[in-house]
Amino acid sequence: MTLEQRAPARVSAEANRNAEDTILELKGLKTYFFLERGIVKAVDGVDVSVGRRKTLGVVGESGCGKSVTFRSVMRLIQSPPGRIVEGEILLHRKDGDTVDITQLDPRSRQLRDIRGAEIAMIFQEPMTSLNPLHPVGRQISESVLLHQSLSRQAAQERAEEMLNRVHIADPGRRIGEYPHQLSGGMRQRVMIALALSCNPSILIADEPTTALDVTVQAQILDLMRELQDDFDSAIVLITHNLGVVSQMADHVAVMYLGRVVEYAPVYEIFHNPKHPYTIGLLNSVPVLGRKDENRLVPITGMVPSPMEEIQGCAFADRCPEAMEICWEQSPDFKEHEPGHSAACWLHD
Amino acid sequence: MIGFIVRRFSVSVAVVLGIALVSFIVIQLPPGDYADGYKSFLIEQGGATESEAEAQAELFRQRYGLDKPLPTQFLVWIRDMVTKGSFGFSFAYKRDVGELIRERLPRTLLLAVLAHLTSTAVGIVAGIFVAPRQYSVADNVAAFIAFILSALPRFWIALAIMFFLVFTLEQEHVTAFHSPQYVVVPWAFGSLAETRESWAKLVDLMQHIWPVVVIAGLGGVARNMRVMRGNMLDELNAQYVTTARSKGLNEGQVMRRHAVPNALHPIIMYQGTVLPYMLQGELQASIVMGLPTIGTLLLTSLRNEDIYIAASCLLIYGVLLVAGNLIADISLAVLDPRVRFS
Repeated sequence: MTLEQRAPARVSAEANRNAEDTILELKGLKTYFFLERGIVKAVDGVDVSVGRRKTLGVVGESGCGKSVTFRSVMRLIQSPPGRIVEGEILLHRKDGDTVDITQLDPRSRQLRDIRGAEIAMIFQEPMTSLNPLHPVGRQISESVLLHQSLSRQAAQERAEEMLNRVHIADPGRRIGEYPHQLSGGMRQRVMIALALSCNPSILIADEPTTALDVTVQAQILDLMRELQDDFDSAIVLITHNLGVVSQMADHVAVMYLGRVVEYAPVYEIFHNPKHPYTIGLLNSVPVLGRKDENRLVPITGMVPSPMEEIQGCAFADRCPEAMEICWEQSPDFKEHEPGHSAACWLHD
Repeated sequence: MIGFIVRRFSVSVAVVLGIALVSFIVIQLPPGDYADGYKSFLIEQGGATESEAEAQAELFRQRYGLDKPLPTQFLVWIRDMVTKGSFGFSFAYKRDVGELIRERLPRTLLLAVLAHLTSTAVGIVAGIFVAPRQYSVADNVAAFIAFILSALPRFWIALAIMFFLVFTLEQEHVTAFHSPQYVVVPWAFGSLAETRESWAKLVDLMQHIWPVVVIAGLGGVARNMRVMRGNMLDELNAQYVTTARSKGLNEGQVMRRHAVPNALHPIIMYQGTVLPYMLQGELQASIVMGLPTIGTLLLTSLRNEDIYIAASCLLIYGVLLVAGNLIADISLAVLDPRVRFS
């Protein structure tokens, strides 16, 4: 079946209007895990889009579904138990087509052509994300050979060039080395080189700096920014570090319990946050030189289990401004100011 | 890499010497010796008196050097082994032990290696097959069969197969390597007729040894399958496998290039210890099937304290263990750069 047959015409027409400035759109995405204990609604209706050549920061606590959302985009959710139950993931491809990734078979050729070539991913753990048995050069050239019609020799040269691009010294020697011979920071550079080796339009970085020490973190972030300009890629930066988001992102999506609760340009999020959860997150970040009277304010209470059936707003229990309606009805996620959306009754 | 092999090899030589010493001592531990057996034989069967028999036994000891102190006996044994390739003299067979072993070792190794290859190949393939299908019907059936196979005593399986061969298939000769008509046929491939004869002999050989191969290999199949399945499950959940998928590789490529080579690591490590295990499996099967292998030789020599045979067999098992470990170490170094460079 061709892509055109899979993607309904209506979607294409509508999507093409957005295709100019948008590369990826998630609409009402729901990814559930069907366990013996019950259904875990890890992603429960996410609407978000990623701009071409822009960086989207995705923030939220552990377990809020930020990783699962974007693993769903790559269709890397293990099934069973996980499954995309609803929603659309629209990718505006390099060739101008629009494809709904949720409609593809995870084992299909179409999806494999997207993985690595159009959407690439780097992970939190550089220590374990490379195969210990292959030289790093071969791991990069493997991807190149898969998506580009190059000779082995040319692919190896491409790998060397990529190591050079991520500022690894002496790339000619390093391509023959194995992951255990490299430091954590270098391995993450190799992962970035691997991810960008086929010029993907989207790079999904799942907590790329969390496992690295602070000085290396800054270098890796600088590198990603530099390469984003060179490669014209959009970046989805998944993190729980608001500092990283403020430096890197153009837009920010704040997630809570499987939903996006606020989406806005980065400046708006930090200076005009609308959702009490976003405000809570910002208050719980230490700021150097902050006066004593503005001590850190933790968000009270616990994240409810994603298996619970929640009536009303999921954040109501922990919300300092909860109103009666918050327990009765779930707020819609909608635009309150141009480009600034939130799911909160306070602003209705 | 060369340095690594040389290093491992020299350690192995030292270990073999140690094994020779220990096997010699172990053999001396039971009270009495072959001469005592000879003495009671003379009294019971030959009607000799206690003192006559004792004198005969003493003569026997002098003739075969059993009266010398143990360290001397050991050194003589080692010296003859190194200089003459002689492993001592068998009292029961009245022949050089080296000859006896040389006669039986190739067949024994053939059996053990065939059994080993069967169990490894079948086990690994089955493990790779069931791992991505965890808890499916195929997985459960394979687990069930594997547990049954490893739980059934080998001698029982041997008896069952023998019964089946004799009474169902009506095969006439089961307790030998060859049917009588092929025993004297030489292995030769010069002319067409010779080749045809040798081929028929090979087929005949296979007909006789497959039960032993199957029996000795079965327990190993179960074990290899379970180990491989467990390893594969670990590796399939590893981050680098997700990386491989996110590159756009298909599942076959992910398995072949990434998950399987990593999952083989513990299996290869275990290969070092598996050869004696196979010899032991071969031992039980060969005893029941009555095949003249090293295993049956060791068993009879232990029963009548034919010390040089027993010590030499133990030594050979030891050498095989060391050799197996050496091969496993080298294969591991070939597979895994982390072993190679440390």
